[in-house]
Amino acid sequence: MIAEAGHAALWFAGAMALLQFALGALGLTDRYQSLRGSAAPVAVVQMVLTCLSFLCLIIVFMRSDMSVLLVATNSHSDKPWLYKFAGTWGNHEGSMLLWVTILAIGGATVALFERALDVRTKTATLAAQGAIALGFYAFLLFSSNPFARIDPAPANGQGLNPLLQDPGLAFHPPTLYMGYVGMSVAFSFAVGALVTRDVGPTFARAMRPWILGAWIFLTIGITAGSYWAYYELGWGGWWFWDPVENASLMPWLAATALLHSVTVLATRDSLRAWTIMLSVVAFSMSMIGTFLVRSGILTSVHSFAVDPRRGGFILMLLALYIGGALALFALRINTVREGNRFEAISREGSLVFNNLLLSIILVIVLIGTLYPLALEATTGTKISVGAPYFNSTAGPVTLVLLIGMAAGPLMRWRFDQAKKVAERLALPALALALAALLLAAFAGPIGILPLLGLVVAAGVAAASIAPLWKRNLRRTPLFTWGMVIAHLGCAVSMAGMAADSAFTKEALVAMQIGQTQQIGPYSVTLNKVTEEPGPNWSALDAEMIVRKGDDAPFTVHPQSRTFTDPPMETNESAITTAWNGQLYLVIGIPKDNAGFPVRFYWKPFVTLIWIGGIFIALGGLLSLFGRVNRDLFSIRRLFGKKVAAS
Amino acid sequence: MRRVLLWAPFVFFASLFAVFASGLLNPVDRSVPSGLVGRSVPAFELPGMLDPAQPVSAASLATGKPKILNVFASWCVPCVQEAPALMQLQSRDVEIIGIAIHDRPDALRKFLSENGNPYAAIGDDANSRTQIAFGSAGVPETFVVDGKGVVRYQHIGIVKPNDVAIIMAKLKEAQ
Repeated sequence: MIAEAGHAALWFAGAMALLQFALGALGLTDRYQSLRGSAAPVAVVQMVLTCLSFLCLIIVFMRSDMSVLLVATNSHSDKPWLYKFAGTWGNHEGSMLLWVTILAIGGATVALFERALDVRTKTATLAAQGAIALGFYAFLLFSSNPFARIDPAPANGQGLNPLLQDPGLAFHPPTLYMGYVGMSVAFSFAVGALVTRDVGPTFARAMRPWILGAWIFLTIGITAGSYWAYYELGWGGWWFWDPVENASLMPWLAATALLHSVTVLATRDSLRAWTIMLSVVAFSMSMIGTFLVRSGILTSVHSFAVDPRRGGFILMLLALYIGGALALFALRINTVREGNRFEAISREGSLVFNNLLLSIILVIVLIGTLYPLALEATTGTKISVGAPYFNSTAGPVTLVLLIGMAAGPLMRWRFDQAKKVAERLALPALALALAALLLAAFAGPIGILPLLGLVVAAGVAAASIAPLWKRNLRRTPLFTWGMVIAHLGCAVSMAGMAADSAFTKEALVAMQIGQTQQIGPYSVTLNKVTEEPGPNWSALDAEMIVRKGDDAPFTVHPQSRTFTDPPMETNESAITTAWNGQLYLVIGIPKDNAGFPVRFYWKPFVTLIWIGGIFIALGGLLSLFGRVNRDLFSIRRLFGKKVAAS
Repeated sequence: MRRVLLWAPFVFFASLFAVFASGLLNPVDRSVPSGLVGRSVPAFELPGMLDPAQPVSAASLATGKPKILNVFASWCVPCVQEAPALMQLQSRDVEIIGIAIHDRPDALRKFLSENGNPYAAIGDDANSRTQIAFGSAGVPETFVVDGKGVVRYQHIGIVKPNDVAIIMAKLKEAQ
């Protein structure tokens, strides 16, 4: 019954999306002006229905209702409750339902809280949001129904991929989706503004919180996903340039560019066409990412059920939305008034530089991800594009981007003098030189790219704090703090990446009980190995004693787990975090009495990668808070009025 | 001119769609069989990647005993997935010769320390010349070569655990 209720709610939500689109589109015509206000309440009803449907799916998963096909194929009654819960979106259908749920929440939030925008543009935005939602409802209902029944019901389910049985799953996909789908709001805003030709500072200010919010979630999602892959896959790596990782990186790059260009539009009324284009590209990248993951046309470690029919459906949606938006752009953008002009050496100029470099990185990643596919489509040749390509192309461009990031915030809007900018950059340049000297003196031989990374990180860290120089810190606006912290985060993250590739020590040893291995500053002894039963797995648990100098020794337990449903082995790495890095231990299944294969890594300062990511997200959060403070105030006033009226 | 340029993004995305659509329409058979099956291996000579004293050449494949030739690279993610199956083959006394594509010794050492080293010798094919001569289109790819240096079988893509039996059978046929 619950499954049927969820299914019905989904149909009604789809109908609401159609209504929202129709009312919004009609409301734009002169004849039906009176309909303008009616798209907003429909968007709210749509959101309620979708949330209801998603709730129903969570309930059937929590109750392990095996008569629902999706539960039977993806869950198991022995699973801990957290994974039953998170398992709701650990599969194709469930994650698409989560996707439309967030889409509907985004639309409803615009309907409820967006009041700065011209009413025509808002109506057009809601119509666009309704059109996007409609396509994805159709996709769910016609080709990926999450509530389909199976008769007869199996006694138990097939279980969830053990790699996904991790607390990370509960958070990683929803945060990424909020980022992806949040970009849909920016996309709808752009389409709405193209329809009404209303591109200007007001529009930019209305759109900016959405971009910031989506970008924060994308940043958190990517950071968390990277850490999850790092500890769960047991390869000691934190980024694999896997197509699906790239699929999340590309919208982030576009959103980062958009975040900066929308600021130029809001502050100086420049870069109108470019900002619109980026809004379209950012959500297009999100949809292309979804398509790449779901259609199975690229080989990746993230495999969802591969079904060409589904891929075809999403491709049609892509063609419709992206093609439609780009055609609208080509037809309309000439009729949008040109914005203000500015000098090359100015804050605007540096932001254009930032946008250009981010776009270059985006194109590099896009080419690397799709080149194997394009080559196979045209010549039938099969190749694999891996880390050497991405690191050697995107790496140097990123370094240049960071240098630009150091200089940009120290420039004035409209016009600045090169000499004065150089003076403001003197201190950061000193930090950079100092880092170079220190590394040359103490660090030993390092590869050129990691070396440059460390040096540039030092300079950028100094430069990113420079905007606070000689300022009253208590009067500094929150969004300036946000910028400083986010930029500092980029430097911190870059330092972590460079330190990891420059200084990591590693060893693979077949260990006997009692044997000791030296790795970095630690010596690790294999004390004993026992069999440990878990809720739905059995593990080989190694007790290892770690000593460092005269410090008290401590014990760690890396495990090799064997899951029963479905049968699979995973490694639970034992990670010890110190202030200056991580000790990372992985144990494997022994072969032919040759001892236990243990992998040792000592990764100095690797944690900075994710700490930097958190800084970046935190910076975004501060900015967002600083920007919407005003709006929150006016909302409070609105509700105050309503209370008074009733 | 400007009007035409405005359509450039549209055209770019349209070409992307064409690529996606063709990827969707022909997803199943991804194999390009090498014309080399049943013929002698091409003449080649590669320096040893890790040990200069151990070069890999056509002659080192024709030693009387059937062998496996594995084309791989440390930067290739699927190669990580096939490592366990290769280790399994090695544990059954199969001699595996590796050809590393576009690789560097330090990256390769790291790869082998992480995923195990099933290789008797590894040749350094820095510019993919030998890979192309073998008619191999990508990494990973695996060939069964008999004792006279004749290619008997080609496996495209990852060697999965259930492919081990097939490869063992082909090796036996090649005796």
